[in-house]
Amino acid sequence: MSQHSRQGGESGTEPRPETEPGLAEELEQEAAREQGAPAGLEHGEDTADRLAHALQQTMSHPWTVAAGAILLAVVVGSVMIAFTDERVTAAAGYFFARPADTFVALGDAIGGAYSALFRGAVFNPRADGLAAQIRPLTETLNYATPLITAGLGVALAFRAGLLNIGGQGQMLIAAAAAGWVAFGVTGLPFGVHTLLAVVAGIAGGAVWAGIAGVLKARTGAHEVIVTIMLNWIAFYLLAYFLATPGLLQAPGSSNPKTPATPESAQLPALLGERYNLHWGFVLALGAVVFVWWLLNRSSQGFAFRAVGANPRAARVAGIDVPWATVKVMLVAGGLVGVAGASQVLGQVTTGFGGDIDAGIGFDAITVALLGGSNPWGVLAAGILFGAFKAGGTAMQASEGVPNDIVLVVQSLIVLFIAAPPLVRAIFRLPDPERRRTPRRARTIKKEAAA
Amino acid sequence: MSAAVEAPGAPGTPSDTIEKRHVTQVGWKAAGGLIVVGALFALLLVTVPREGDTRFALSRDADAIQIPVLEIPAMPLAWACLVIMALVAAFSVVRTQANRRTPIWVIVVFGVVFLVGFLAWAGAGSSGTLPIVSLLSGSLLAAVPLIYGSLSGVIGERSGVINIAIEGQMLAAAFTGAIAGSITGSPFAGVLAALLAGVLVALVLALFTVTHRVNQIIVGVVLNVLVLGLTSFFYSQVLVPNAATLNSAPRFSTWTIPLLNDIPVIGPVLFDQAPLIYLMYLVVAGVWFALYRTRWGLRLRAVGEHPKAADTVGVNVEGTRYRALLIGGACAGLGGAFYTTVAVGQFGLNMTAGAGFIALAAMIFGKWDPLRAAMAGLLFGFALNLQSILGVVGEVVPSQFMLMLPYVVTLFAVAGLVGRSRPPAANGQPYVKG
Repeated sequence: MSQHSRQGGESGTEPRPETEPGLAEELEQEAAREQGAPAGLEHGEDTADRLAHALQQTMSHPWTVAAGAILLAVVVGSVMIAFTDERVTAAAGYFFARPADTFVALGDAIGGAYSALFRGAVFNPRADGLAAQIRPLTETLNYATPLITAGLGVALAFRAGLLNIGGQGQMLIAAAAAGWVAFGVTGLPFGVHTLLAVVAGIAGGAVWAGIAGVLKARTGAHEVIVTIMLNWIAFYLLAYFLATPGLLQAPGSSNPKTPATPESAQLPALLGERYNLHWGFVLALGAVVFVWWLLNRSSQGFAFRAVGANPRAARVAGIDVPWATVKVMLVAGGLVGVAGASQVLGQVTTGFGGDIDAGIGFDAITVALLGGSNPWGVLAAGILFGAFKAGGTAMQASEGVPNDIVLVVQSLIVLFIAAPPLVRAIFRLPDPERRRTPRRARTIKKEAAA
Repeated sequence: MSAAVEAPGAPGTPSDTIEKRHVTQVGWKAAGGLIVVGALFALLLVTVPREGDTRFALSRDADAIQIPVLEIPAMPLAWACLVIMALVAAFSVVRTQANRRTPIWVIVVFGVVFLVGFLAWAGAGSSGTLPIVSLLSGSLLAAVPLIYGSLSGVIGERSGVINIAIEGQMLAAAFTGAIAGSITGSPFAGVLAALLAGVLVALVLALFTVTHRVNQIIVGVVLNVLVLGLTSFFYSQVLVPNAATLNSAPRFSTWTIPLLNDIPVIGPVLFDQAPLIYLMYLVVAGVWFALYRTRWGLRLRAVGEHPKAADTVGVNVEGTRYRALLIGGACAGLGGAFYTTVAVGQFGLNMTAGAGFIALAAMIFGKWDPLRAAMAGLLFGFALNLQSILGVVGEVVPSQFMLMLPYVVTLFAVAGLVGRSRPPAANGQPYVKG
């Protein structure tokens, strides 16, 4: 997505003299004509033109495409719910006798599912009192916490031209490191212990991503393959830790599960004990600001972006590209590590198993793509997917619609966003790259008339 | 760019020394790897010596030719293997000093000897018998989806499209294979449906990567998640309530090939299998032939290496990539069919469990070549199967490390420590005409 939108944006705003010979001169002529001879255009026509232009810009804006993609994905999800709903299939059996029944059943199934999603993710009017009614919203933020930090890790790597598919492995190692500090180190006061555990998680994630960075920088191995392999290695490594007494396995148990996170190492509740939301969310917000500062306000971030935009040019400009690759992977892994630590210290405090990553490593990729690899976009995308997760759980509980539909809707959103031409074709949105075509046609016509 | 680097010009510039070092490094990797493996094995034998005999069973009870169970003193055999390994490593060192590559068969011999030595050590003093036939046939079965999947990757990537979606193709194929097999009651229908499902996923991949030029890795990753979500959703919504009618597929019975089946050890491993495995031999050979011996293969490889050149001489780049991806999808579909028509008769949640990624690893380890990828698939299948066999003689290595092995090997392979692994030049780059 990041690459695509960058491509789209650049080619939309700049004339491309290489691709279309003569276009640059034509544009110059056009600009000169607009400056020199405004008298040819009537005022009203100008306003209408501008309005149309503004509308066209809005319609071809990436956000419109994102909204279209979300809408499409939700429609597909509805179709899936409708087709597998028993009442709908039963009513469809006598569709021609009483077609209304089918539509009622359809509405019930889809409406029920999505209203359950809403009740689980945003606001539950059925609960008693406002405090309980807004509980779903805090759950959404709770689910969003690791998605945001891990999404930032993936997005940062994207900006440096690296695809960090290794979120899962980095989270698992980070969880193992944070868990090891939480269970293994005792006697530390509250606060220090938590801090140390979070730092251990960051270090764990950074090391695991750093391996990929070093291999990429030193040997040129493709980071996608390396990170995928590291995912599986981390998975089995954690499985070994969990199954070995004295490492991470809970004492006196033969299950591959850790003991509960001690009170002194937990991230405290943010809004009081009645909500699950913990200080990890503040950590995530801090990470958003940090990444924004790093990318947009620091020379280091500039170096990362330069490497991502054009490694060869970056090298000529004096940037040590291999070292920048290692550094960006270290920071990205550290960010994913925060997600791993917040899972262990905030979300799953009763002891964790090999599935502590909960698919967040892969969700992070979709979050980063949806967020356009921009920290604020990642924040929004993380909260949206957090809402899907919180709502999906509620939907499964109350309507019996499997949670897996959330996976489908999420991946469809990313697929559609990654291919703007497809969404534009479906919704008949204008293409920003063709914005100049009608005008040029008009000028040519005018030239012909003159 | 090179002119700018060479501008300082004097002999002994950094670029000069880097070149020289590069040449010697490539030479020493193979020999160094053999020495390291040999040294580790020696360390194992010295630090953890084991007593007793190891029992190797070379035939099954049902076989025509019975070979008595071999009972060999474990440590002498292990040390003998180590000596042979040392000789092979020394040979490799001599070759490297003469600035010649170590041939691949030397490394294969080294690997086989190492495995025999390791098995001897692992099985020492155990009352259990190491069933060599089932060890090998189990490895072959474990390798079937890996090989089919790696072929999918090879064909796609040789045409310049990275295929991370092998896992999704196989999962979708396993799912439809189970349903079609259950409805029709015929495993052949299951295989056909699985093949079509693999093609369908490949079609989506092609639509997004070739037509819309979306980043190929992103589409692959997302397709995997999409297929996982779809199959899990329909599994719990449709297959679980109707398990008897929709999720109880018939399995292929084994087709025993007469005469060939009677060859000791190899016969029952290779020629007493389900038809899907025989088909695999044909498909591997066919893909190799098509890629290297036909006009179609030449064009496909040209599109993967230099699409512009191929386009200039009139090859349809997009069409070639579409066809390559669809044929690859069919291969992955056959791999997915293995799960529900050969291994188990029903679909289970996420039943491919990462096999698509091992297939990807096998493709890279096999240097984007169908035969080598198949060999790598066999090796990984062996590693996956070995831990279940070691369970028979008592666990000596934690099973997690055995399961980790294919991934570690791949990591070393892509890092260039086990020979150089170079992808097709235009791999991952969408082609924009003009």
